[in-house]
Amino acid sequence: MTSTSTTSNTILIKNGRVIDPSQGIDRVTNVLIQDGKVAGLDVNEESAKQAAADGNLTVVDASNKIVSPGLIDLHAELREPGFEEDETIESGTAAAIQGGYTSIGCVANTDPPIDTQASVEYVRQKAVRANNCNVFVIACVSKNRDGEQLAEIGTLVEAGAVAFSDASHPIQNSNLLRRALEYCLMFDKVILSNPEDVSLNCDGVMHEGLTSMVLGLAGMTSKGEDVMTSRDLRLAEATGGRLHLMNISSAGSVELIRRARTLGLEVTAEVCPANFILTDVTLRTFDSNYKVNPPLRSQDHVDACIAGLIDGTLDVIASCHRPRATEKKMQELDLAPFGMSALETTLSLVVEHLVNPGHLTWTQVIEKMTINPARILGIQKGSLKVGADADVTIIDPQAEWTLEAAGMESRSANTPFIGHQMRGRAVQVIVGGEFKLGEPQTSSEGASCHS
Amino acid sequence: MSTQVVDIEKNAATWTRRHLLDLESLSREEIVTILDTAEQFRTDTANCRNKLDVLKGYTIANLFFENSTRTRTSFGLAAKRLGADTVDFSSSGSSLSKGETFIDTAKNIEAMNVDAVVVRHRTPGTPKLLAENLGVSVVNAGDGPHEHPTQGLLDMLTIRQHRGSFEGKTVALVGDIAHSRTARSNIWGLKKLGAHVIVCGPSTLVSPLWEKLGVEVAYSLDDIVARCDVLNLLRIQFERQYTRPFPSVREYALLYAMNRERMEKAKDDILIMAPGPINRGVEVTPEVADGPHSVILDQVTNGLAVRMAVLWLVCKAGAAE
Repeated sequence: MTSTSTTSNTILIKNGRVIDPSQGIDRVTNVLIQDGKVAGLDVNEESAKQAAADGNLTVVDASNKIVSPGLIDLHAELREPGFEEDETIESGTAAAIQGGYTSIGCVANTDPPIDTQASVEYVRQKAVRANNCNVFVIACVSKNRDGEQLAEIGTLVEAGAVAFSDASHPIQNSNLLRRALEYCLMFDKVILSNPEDVSLNCDGVMHEGLTSMVLGLAGMTSKGEDVMTSRDLRLAEATGGRLHLMNISSAGSVELIRRARTLGLEVTAEVCPANFILTDVTLRTFDSNYKVNPPLRSQDHVDACIAGLIDGTLDVIASCHRPRATEKKMQELDLAPFGMSALETTLSLVVEHLVNPGHLTWTQVIEKMTINPARILGIQKGSLKVGADADVTIIDPQAEWTLEAAGMESRSANTPFIGHQMRGRAVQVIVGGEFKLGEPQTSSEGASCHS
Repeated sequence: MSTQVVDIEKNAATWTRRHLLDLESLSREEIVTILDTAEQFRTDTANCRNKLDVLKGYTIANLFFENSTRTRTSFGLAAKRLGADTVDFSSSGSSLSKGETFIDTAKNIEAMNVDAVVVRHRTPGTPKLLAENLGVSVVNAGDGPHEHPTQGLLDMLTIRQHRGSFEGKTVALVGDIAHSRTARSNIWGLKKLGAHVIVCGPSTLVSPLWEKLGVEVAYSLDDIVARCDVLNLLRIQFERQYTRPFPSVREYALLYAMNRERMEKAKDDILIMAPGPINRGVEVTPEVADGPHSVILDQVTNGLAVRMAVLWLVCKAGAAE
C-alpha cells in the first residue's frame, strides 16, 4: 500500500449518514476533519472553507454512504516476527485498511511470542513504518506463551502493550489465569482469554457432531468451550479482574456469559464472522479453509451466536484474522493449520449476514466494531467526538464486489469466500486525517470544491 | 444369482463415475451394478490362471500412505488380473519424509501417465482432495475412519452370495464404530440395499447420533445376538485412539467377543464376518473365526472380485471422458 498523504489538512465529509454510537448519533450530516482530528459535526461547506486556513479543503460526498468512526478489530494475527510466509505487519495492516479498519489489536501468535519489551517495540515500530492503520499490541500473558509463568506484564505495559492474551494457546493452568487477572488489576488492563479445554479436543479438526461422526474426522466438543468459559467467568468474579472472552462459538458459552452478566459480572465477549455464518456441514468438502478454531459448529450454535449479538451478550464482532500460507493449508486436513484470513471480508459478511437480514441495526454493528472494542482495549478510539483522532471509515452498504485471491492485500488467501459475491464495503478509510483508501482525485471531484 | 451372465461391457457403458470415493453418494442401482460386475469377474477368474486383458495398456498406481497388507495386495492382484500394469508407492520409502506434500507426490505419479490411483491415507477426505487435484481416476482404499468403499462392497457381496437379498435382514456391526471406515461404508451400503443395521459396542465408541441416520444403536451384544442374520466383527483400532475408550482389552473381550456361548444364542444360519486383520481372542474367538458360520475367507476372495469390478468401471469411465 502506497502511503499517499493528502496535501490538504482539512477534509469535509458531507451528506453521509453519520453513525457514532459513542455519542448516540445517527443522522445525515457533515463531518469536518482538521489537523488529524475531528473538528466538528454539522459544519456546512461554507464554514468548512473558512475553517481551512489556506482554503485547501477536500470535500468528500458521502451521499448514500455511512460515515462511521474508524472500525477497530479487537484482535488479529499479523504473524510477524516469525511467520512472514503467512503475513507481515505491512501486509496485514494493508489488509486491515482494505477491510475498513483504522485500528487493530495484534495478538502474540508470533515467533518469538511478544513477551518482552523489545518485541512490543518491534511490532509498534514496524507498524509505524508500514504507515497503514494503527496497531495496538496485545502481549503474552505468560512467558514464552507456554501457559506456566506470568510474563513481565508491568514492563510490557510500559512498552505500550494495551492488553494481554496467550491467544491461540488457551490458558489451561487455572492458577496462571487467576494470577494474571489479579496482577492486571494494578494496570487496569484486560485479559483476553480463549476458552478452550485442550484435553477435550485431543487432535480434533472440526466440531464434534453428526457431521464429524459421518466424516470420521476427530471432533472438538462444544463442551470444551463451555467448561473453560465457566471457569473463566468464575475466576473473573473471584478476582474482580477484567476479562474478555475471545472466539465465542458455542450456545453453552453464550448462555453462561448472558447469565453471568445478568448477575452483574462485568465481562465482555466477542464472536467472529465464521462462527455466526458457517456450520460444520461445510467440512463435507474437506476444504481446509473451513478448518478454524473454534470450529464451525452446528446451526443451533450459529443461531445462539446471532441471538447473543442481538441481545448484546456478545459485545464485539472481531475478525479473528488468522492468515496461513497456501502451502500449509494445502496439506491433509489433520496437518493443515487452523485459521481463516478475515480482515478483508468481515465488514461485508456482517452486512450480508447481520444487517441485511435485519438481525442488527447499523448502530449495533458499528458499536460492536468501534467503541466497544476501543473501551475493552482502553484506547482513545472509536468515536467522532470533537477532538478525537480523525479515524473514519466510509461504508457503501450497497457496493457489490467479488472477493478474488489475487486482489487481496493479505499474503494469505485462506478463506472459503474466494469468488463470493459480497455486498457492502469500505470505500474510504481515513487514519489520523490521512486517506489510506479511496483518496479523492483532486483534479476531478475536488476541482469544484476548491475556492 | 451367479449363474446369470452379466455383460460387463454393458455395465461399463452405463457407469459414469470416474472416481470411487465413498458409498454414501452412490445410488442403490450403482451399488448393484458393482456387485453384479464383481460377481461376473469372480466367475470368469474362478480359475486363477484365467487372466483377462480388458484393461491391457492401463496403468494403475497404488498410493499407500498408511500401512496395509491385504488391501494393497488385493488391489494389485485385481489390476493384474485385468491385464493392467501396476506401480506401487508406499510412504515409507518416499519423498514424504523429505517434506513433499502428498498432493505433490501424487502429481508426480500422475505425470508418469497413470490411468487410476488407488489411495489409502490416514486422513479422511484425502482421496477427494486427490480427485479434485488430479486428472485421473481415484479409488479410495480407506481414508482414516471415513470410508472404505471396496470393503463395504465386498462385505455386501459376501452377504448377497449367502443370503440372496438384504430386505428384512439384520446386520450388526460390532466394535469400534467411532474409528471404523468399514462401519461407515457398510452402513451407507446396507441401508441403501434395504437391510436393518445395528451398531453395537462400548458407549465411548458408539455415538447415539447414529440413530439419526436410521441405524439402531446397541451397547449389549448379548441383547441383540439372537436377532442378527449377520455379525460383522470390527477390529479395535488401537492406533486411532488417544485416551483409551475402555478399561482393558480383557474387559472388551468379555463384553463383545463373539465366542461359543454367544454362538449358542444366535440363529442357526448366522454369518460371521470380519474385515480383518482380526485380533483373535479380542473380537472373535478362534473356534468361531474358524467355525462353520465364518465367511471371513470368502470376504477376501470377494475383495479381489469387487476391486476388479471397481477398477474396470472407473477406468472405463475415465477413458470415456
